[in-house]
This record gives sequence, structure tokens and C-alpha cells, in this order.
Amino acid sequence: MEQVDLEYARRPDGTLRVALGGDWKLAHGIPAPKGVIEEIEKSPPPRRVIFETGVLAGWDSGLLTFLLSVLSRCKQLGVEVDRLGLPEGVRSLIALATAVPAGPARRSSEPAPVLARVGDAAIAWWIGFCDTLAFIGEAFLSLPRLFTGKARFRRSDFTLAVQDCGARSLPIVALINLLVGLILAFVGAIELRRFGAQIYVADLVGIGMLRDIAPIMTGIIVTGRTGASFAAELGTMEANQEIDALRTLGIPPMDFLVLPRLLALCLMMPLLCLYADLLGIAGGLVVAGSMLDISPMQYLLETKRAVHLNDLFLGLFMSAVFGVLVAVTGCMRGIRSGRSASAVGEATTSAVVTGIVSIVVATAIITAISYVLGI
Amino acid sequence: MSSVFEKRSNGIDGPPSKIKVSDLTMAYGDSVVMHNLNFTVHERDIFIIMGGSGSGKSTLLRHLVGLQEPAQGTISYQGTSAGFWEMPPSERERLLRRFGVLYQDGALWSSMTLAENVSLPLQEYAAVDAEEISALASLKLALVGLSGFEDYYPSEISGGMTKRAGLARALALDPDILFFDEPSAGLDPISSRRLDDLIRDLRDSLRTTIVVVTHELASIFAIGNNSVFLDAQSKTMIASGNPKQLLAESKDPRVLAFLTRGEEASRG
Repeated sequence: MEQVDLEYARRPDGTLRVALGGDWKLAHGIPAPKGVIEEIEKSPPPRRVIFETGVLAGWDSGLLTFLLSVLSRCKQLGVEVDRLGLPEGVRSLIALATAVPAGPARRSSEPAPVLARVGDAAIAWWIGFCDTLAFIGEAFLSLPRLFTGKARFRRSDFTLAVQDCGARSLPIVALINLLVGLILAFVGAIELRRFGAQIYVADLVGIGMLRDIAPIMTGIIVTGRTGASFAAELGTMEANQEIDALRTLGIPPMDFLVLPRLLALCLMMPLLCLYADLLGIAGGLVVAGSMLDISPMQYLLETKRAVHLNDLFLGLFMSAVFGVLVAVTGCMRGIRSGRSASAVGEATTSAVVTGIVSIVVATAIITAISYVLGI
Repeated sequence: MSSVFEKRSNGIDGPPSKIKVSDLTMAYGDSVVMHNLNFTVHERDIFIIMGGSGSGKSTLLRHLVGLQEPAQGTISYQGTSAGFWEMPPSERERLLRRFGVLYQDGALWSSMTLAENVSLPLQEYAAVDAEEISALASLKLALVGLSGFEDYYPSEISGGMTKRAGLARALALDPDILFFDEPSAGLDPISSRRLDDLIRDLRDSLRTTIVVVTHELASIFAIGNNSVFLDAQSKTMIASGNPKQLLAESKDPRVLAFLTRGEEASRG
């Protein structure tokens, strides 16, 4: 039963008779149409091709692919085919499969020349750059509307965003910054102990955390957590035409979706950074107490002596800038996302990558400016 | 369970039962969607699940394709030893391969081309080489009129084409039973009519049993030869049988109102 039989032979009148028998199912293996096609291609070509399927026990798509290959070659060579010998279901499926002519092929298989690809990439980059500038411009234009009370967004969206990027980020911000404070103190302690200067661990941790490390670490955590979530949420809204629905109602998505998130992150980032500062110092204190025999009071007094308010404010300012950057990149990637699952994924990845790069670049710029200004 | 799939008991030898639903209750948590559903889908039926919006048609389809477990009752399929959820997982998996499902929006995988969408089930379950898989994928796409669109991504084609490509994927494994969720939704009347013709052609040529969830009256009368009518208010089925016969013979005002787009009710 499981055998597939294929016989073909020319009759004296030039007709090619193809006899199909057995169970023509993919599971049993389907013979390649090569032999039959070679027979058709032999000179002189057959006058016509007929099929016999009297002993065909069963069939599935495997038989159809076999027959379509044979029929397509016959058509190319102008050989007449008599399909009457085929089962009725097969005949109607072949008719269905050949009813609509092939549509346009999507693209040529040859890759474009290198110069064309470089050009395309440069143009795409420039368009993306202009798009980013336009988005930032739009976001800034919505600020006057916010201050004059004309911006339209729901207060509940704002408080929800505050809760999400503020309170809900506390555990991860606490854990990471405590550990970073510990690591910084640990690395410093090993070196400083060699000079008997272990008390300066407090200076190292205090200044390092407040000026740079706490804002950067918090910024990176918030990028991965909140920036990605903004991009995924707005990207899905774009995919579901929810953003189009806002536009057709005359509600600017910039006001309704971006502003509450931007404001929330801008307000919460300095608070998270302050919290991170304290946790980082606490991490240093643990190492100082356990490894260097420095009492907590001594450590805190040294920190107080070394750290100035300028350091604190510089860090808080940086974190507010990071908040704007993360919110803008997250929302922009989301709103500019395509309308498919993979596009939303790409938007999220891009939001995180752009967020982290912009945080590092902004840190470099702010550090250089603060050096010039002597802050 | 063998008795479940015996010939019809009315003495006439009709086609055997393909799916038998007995005392089915569907629920989300404590909230019952439908209860006391009893019906049989016969071999080579085009079986329509109809009813108003929110009546639980799509939920019933989710139950029939094994995506949701019944709160009560059993769903049995021809050739299996027990109800779907009573079977061992390996048998359940084998059964699922006999199903083809066309989801409402096509549900194509957006990161794959149309040919890759159709090939994936073949790569997973059919023991054939890559060349044959590619030929089969082209065949399935040609069957739904999408020959030449193999290398297109779902985002590059229209809604109607997406739906047909979804159908090509559903046909990939030569299914025994095809399920359609709202096939006409979002299609223009001509595309919708073509899809109806295609459904009928596939039933006739592939000898497939077809279950369609729809509330499109034109489709219901054009292709359906058996049906079940779900009523949202009473939370159960209130009619079953050939839709044309229901229109001619049913006395239930809810069924008549649905099948005549409310004209019967407004006259009465």
C-alpha cells in the first residue's frame, strides 16, 4: 500500500503515457519528475501526454507538485496534455493553482553595487537624523502648550508614568548602586591601603558616585527599564492604529503620549539619582567598616568634608538631562515604529541602544563643560 | 469512544462524524460564555458557527482547535481514542497536525516571507527535502492565487492577500479539518465571494471538512451546509442545521431576525 509507482512509456503513435499508482503521499516519498521531464524533452517531443491513475490509492500535495512540474515543462515546450486521466480533485486543484498568473517577483537576487548600498545607507541615516531633529523640535514646541495649560493629556497617565518610572524603579536602582558603591570602595581600598590613605575611600566613593557614577548607572537602568517600555508600548499603539485614532481626533500624540512620559521621567530621574547617591555611599561605608576599620562616623565626616554641593547638583542636573534623553528616544522610537511585531522589537532595541549612547555622549559633554567652568 | 463516530443513527448512511461536541460549557474563570452545546460536524461539511457579536463564536473556535480547555463537556475528533483533553499529549499533538487554522487577520509571522510562513510547518513536520518544501510552498501560494509573491513580507501585501497567505499556511500540511475565523471580515464583496468559492473548491478537491466562524449572511448561505446558532442572551445554542433550511423553517424569532438582518423582526 505504501509503495509509489511511476511508469512512463511512448506509444507508437507518439503519445507519452504516464501511469501513476500506489499511495502518492509525501510521507512515503514522491519520485522526482526529472525522468518524465527528460522523456518529454527527448527529440522528437511526444505528440501529447496522457495520464493513467486507475490504480492510484491516495494522493496529497506531493502528487500536485510532481504534476505541476511536468505540466509547466509541457507548456514551455508546447506539448499537448490530456488531464482527463487525473482524479477530479487533482484536476480542479491544478486548475486553481494555475488560474491566477504569477505576480511580480519582489526583488532581483543580485545585490546592489557597493556604492549604491553606501549611498542608500547614507541617505537613510540623513533621513533618520532629520526625523530625530523634527521629533525633538515637536517635543519642545509642545512645552509652551504645557506651561500655558493648553496641552491635552490625562493627569492619570502622568501619575501612572511617575509611579512606573519612579517608585517601581527603586528596588533595581537600590541594588545596582549599592553594589557599584561597594565595588568602587573595594577597588579603591586595595590601592589606598598601600599608602595608608584608606580614609580617602570616602572621598573616592562620595565624589565618584555623586558627580558621575550614580547618574550614569541610574540612567542606564532607566533606559533598559522605562525607555524600552515606552518604545514597546507606543510601538504597539502605532501598530494597532491607536496613534492614528488620536491624530484623527485632533489630539496631538506629542501632547497626549509623549509629554506625560517626558515630564514624569524628568521629575523622577533626579529623585532616583539622589536615592542612588545615598545607596552608593552606603555601599562604600560597608566596605570601609568591614575591610578598613573605619567607623561609620569617620567615614561620613570624611564624605562631608570631601563632597561639595556643586558635585551633588551636577549629578542631579545630569540625571534630569538623561531623563529627557531617555524619554525622547523611547517615545520617538515607539511612535516612529513600523506596524509589525518585528518592527516593535526593533524599535525597543533601538530605543535602548540610542538611549545608552546618548547618555554616554551627554556625560562627556557635561563633564567637559563643567571642567571648563570649574564646577 | 468508538460509538461516537458510528454512522448517523437515523438509519440513512450519511457521512461519518468528524467532530462531536457533547455538553460543552465554555467559561473564562467563573464567567460562563456558553453552556450545553451539543452538535456534530460531519465529514466534508462546511459547518458554520454563527451568532451575533459577543456570542462566543471565536471562543468556541478556540475550543475546537484545542487552544482552550472546556470548563465542562468533551470535544471528540474522528480517529482518536478519547476526547481532546482526555488524550495523552503526544496523541493530541498528532491530532493538531491534522488541523489548519486561518485566523481573523491572517496571523502571518511578520519577520518571515510568505514562502517561509508556509514552509515552517512543513519543515517541522513533513519528512521532505528543502527543494520539495519550496515546491510545496509555491503550490500552496498558487492555490490561493499568490503565485509569484513567495519573497514578499506580510507588511508588503494587502489585507485580502494576507488572509489568503494565511490560508496557504493553513493548507501547508494538507489538513483534515480547516478552521476559519471570520474569513470575510475586512474584505470587499468581490474578494469575499472569491474566498467563499475557494473554500468550496478546497472542500471539494481536498476532501477537507471545514468549520467557519462568521456572521456574514452572504457567506453563510453561499457555502454553509450545516450550522450552529449561538445566542448571547440565553448563553447557549438555539438552532442547528442547514442555514437555508433554518431560514425557511425556523420559528425562533432570534434566528429569523439574524438570518434576515432584522427585517423579519421589524415586520413582526
